Amino acid sequence: MAEHPSRREFLRVAGGVAAGLGLGAVITVTPARATPAAMQEAIRKVVGASKVSPGRVKLEMPPLSENGNTVPLTVSVESPMTAADYVKAIHVFTELNPQPDVVSFRLGPRAGRARVATRIRLATTQTVVAVSELSDGSFWSDTVAVVVTLAACLEDA
Amino acid sequence: MAGALINVPERANRGEIVEIKTLISHPMETGYRRNQSGARVERDIIRLFVATYNGTEIFRAELHPAITANPFIVFSTVATESGTLTFKWTGDNAFSVTESASITVD
Repeated sequence: MAEHPSRREFLRVAGGVAAGLGLGAVITVTPARATPAAMQEAIRKVVGASKVSPGRVKLEMPPLSENGNTVPLTVSVESPMTAADYVKAIHVFTELNPQPDVVSFRLGPRAGRARVATRIRLATTQTVVAVSELSDGSFWSDTVAVVVTLAACLEDA
Repeated sequence: MAGALINVPERANRGEIVEIKTLISHPMETGYRRNQSGARVERDIIRLFVATYNGTEIFRAELHPAITANPFIVFSTVATESGTLTFKWTGDNAFSVTESASITVD
């Protein structure tokens, strides 16, 4: 009994090995996909060493989307949009699309109002982040969770 | 191919904020899809959209594959003077389309 592992122990070890192999297989088969860490890295690339605070930005998206191939998105930022105080840029990132960058809008005081809209693709249910850069160098963000029933990217559009 | 639709108000009061909507026909092929024989479909997207108002840049958008086919972009500008708004989309495979619209400011 001492040299033979118990049935329970054998199953536990075998299960662990199988799970490990299975995980490895999943990683190689799944198409390239960003991770929350990759998104943080992409945001870091844009903001540099600055601090990103939540607030001032409003990211509007439907909480549930039937078709990930086209999801409407509106970003607005609280700003007077004067020559002294305006929004310089609005960036959108996703957590689990093949790449985290979605779009970067560059605007200025001539926009009059900091509000932009477009339509994006979402590969799966995930979190979308909008980051806004103000003329004083501060960064603000908003986060929205979107549930997607039909994924983009893998299906034919 | 490459038809673009632009919605700019014809007239506006001086200082008024006008909303501009643009839509352009383009597949925005992500480069992540595979065709029936399993080969990866080459990426073909619009990378950049720039709007100018009488020659001055007022807005730009850098697009990535996560933007839908037929990119739709809405933004705004202050109607400062009568003139021309020019919109330019450029992208992979030397894609380039320029459209313009005129606005009369009272």
